[in-house]
Amino acid sequence: MTVIRAQNLAKTYGSVKAVDNISFEVKGKSIFGFLGPNGAGKSTTQRILTGVIHPDAGNVEIMGHSLFEEPIKAKQEMGVVPEQANVYSELTAWDNLMFIGEIYNMKRGEAEKRAAELLKLFQLYEKRNLKTKGFSKGMKQRLLLCMALLSDPQILFLDEPTTGLDVESKQVIREIIREFHQKGKTIFLTTHDIEEANMLCHEIAIINRGKIAVIDRPANLKQSIQQLNCLEITFDHRAPEENELWGLAGVEQVKKSGDSFILYATHPGKVIPSLGKLIEERDLELISVHTQEPTLEEVFLHLINNDEVYRKGA
Amino acid sequence: MSNILTLQATVKKTLAISKKNTKIYYMKPPVIIFGLLFPSVMFLAFAIGRGMEPTQLTPSILGVAVLFTASAVGPLISPWERMMKTYERMLTAPISLWNNIMGDIISGFLFGLLISLAPLLVGWLFLDTTFTHLLPLTIALLLSVFCFSALGSLVSALPTEMPQNVMMLANLIRFPLVFMSGVFIPMQELPNWAQVLAYFSPLTYAVDLFRWSMGGNNFINIYFSYFMLLVFIFIFIIWCKAAHQKGIKIMY
Repeated sequence: MTVIRAQNLAKTYGSVKAVDNISFEVKGKSIFGFLGPNGAGKSTTQRILTGVIHPDAGNVEIMGHSLFEEPIKAKQEMGVVPEQANVYSELTAWDNLMFIGEIYNMKRGEAEKRAAELLKLFQLYEKRNLKTKGFSKGMKQRLLLCMALLSDPQILFLDEPTTGLDVESKQVIREIIREFHQKGKTIFLTTHDIEEANMLCHEIAIINRGKIAVIDRPANLKQSIQQLNCLEITFDHRAPEENELWGLAGVEQVKKSGDSFILYATHPGKVIPSLGKLIEERDLELISVHTQEPTLEEVFLHLINNDEVYRKGA
Repeated sequence: MSNILTLQATVKKTLAISKKNTKIYYMKPPVIIFGLLFPSVMFLAFAIGRGMEPTQLTPSILGVAVLFTASAVGPLISPWERMMKTYERMLTAPISLWNNIMGDIISGFLFGLLISLAPLLVGWLFLDTTFTHLLPLTIALLLSVFCFSALGSLVSALPTEMPQNVMMLANLIRFPLVFMSGVFIPMQELPNWAQVLAYFSPLTYAVDLFRWSMGGNNFINIYFSYFMLLVFIFIFIIWCKAAHQKGIKIMY
């Protein structure tokens, strides 16, 4: 079931097309990563999807409700942690949550029960009666997540949820994201942290210059860019010259990485015979050899740098 | 049944916003300065040594108090929330712009109403003011407080993250209103051009109704004054919504 449907979204600021006629769908019960370099249009897209910005063109459907024709119904289905958001620092953590409960039209008892559960889950229960002005960034971010989850929404929009947080807070938030997903909910995660997207997401969209460059599963993305396949080889103290490795059959690029060499090749297996020949001729000693798929970061950089328009099935 | 539930939810959300504003903004320095200190200073400046009749003095002070207190909270809320980055969170919530605007107006209204009781009390206890028309006075007070609270919310639509800019704009509007509305100089003593100007100020109608309710003479037909206060409320609210919509487009 499609829970988010974006159709032909466009948003222009002056002469800059921040979002350029993009369309995509997010399936229910998935974690959807939305990646892109700075200024690519990812936050603008998320702000359109959550009703902060009205697009110049296009439509957004949330759980079948048009965000622009039935905004209250559509927004009732979502919990949001915007990138530039804060809690009410003059209110206590508890009052912040009760306020959210009221504007999401929750019954008082239900809101109190859920708030207590979430505060315990996010390790904030002991501090519930303190004004949040004394909270650290990590605590505020956890409280923002509590506020987003209070109404038990079907979709959770997270914009850079772990940016600037300590390792422990990042772990807590990632764990909660996984738990939320296990309950059959959908997460729309906007991030520039590729490793985070790799760890969490089932499907990833990469946006560049306002256009969607690719939408696919992380594993497919890694396999799709074959020229980024590589061999990582390590020799003992007698290593060949880099230009000798360039001459091996099938090698398209050579990079030095610490005491190893990375040989990029569309078909790494075809490099092995010529590598063996080189080792024999030069009497070299090979310590290790690994074939590697590209990392998501490499795929991301490849796509962004080549501005390649790739679509699944295209 | 569904309409009743929708209305109930709308009221609940509006009151929640109002309650949140009450907790956060009533004790903010700009509200204390312009909502409490300033009307008190105005009272002292105009009352001491001028020998004004209670029928003149109390309505004037009440008028100034209503204007400044009711419009003290509204201008602060939106720019403060934009500055503190809580505004965007509200835009993603299942509330309408009406919920937000009415929540802001109600919190300004309650603050204005509460503080405006002080000059009434002072007039009653110390200035021998008699309230000859208590019910009309109450209605005039409620309408004028609501009107100036709506004015405060209208001013807050200025698309900025700096509350001081909005407070400055609020003062640019409030000060001329005090001097063009026959507050300290009765309407009948104003020159013709000033009388014409006074008709464009909601404070004129409020003070004229206060004056009549406290045993003085009204310059404008009282029914027309009530009507004009309603007209100003209507204009401010509609304008407020349009201005906030435009402000959101500019800011985001």
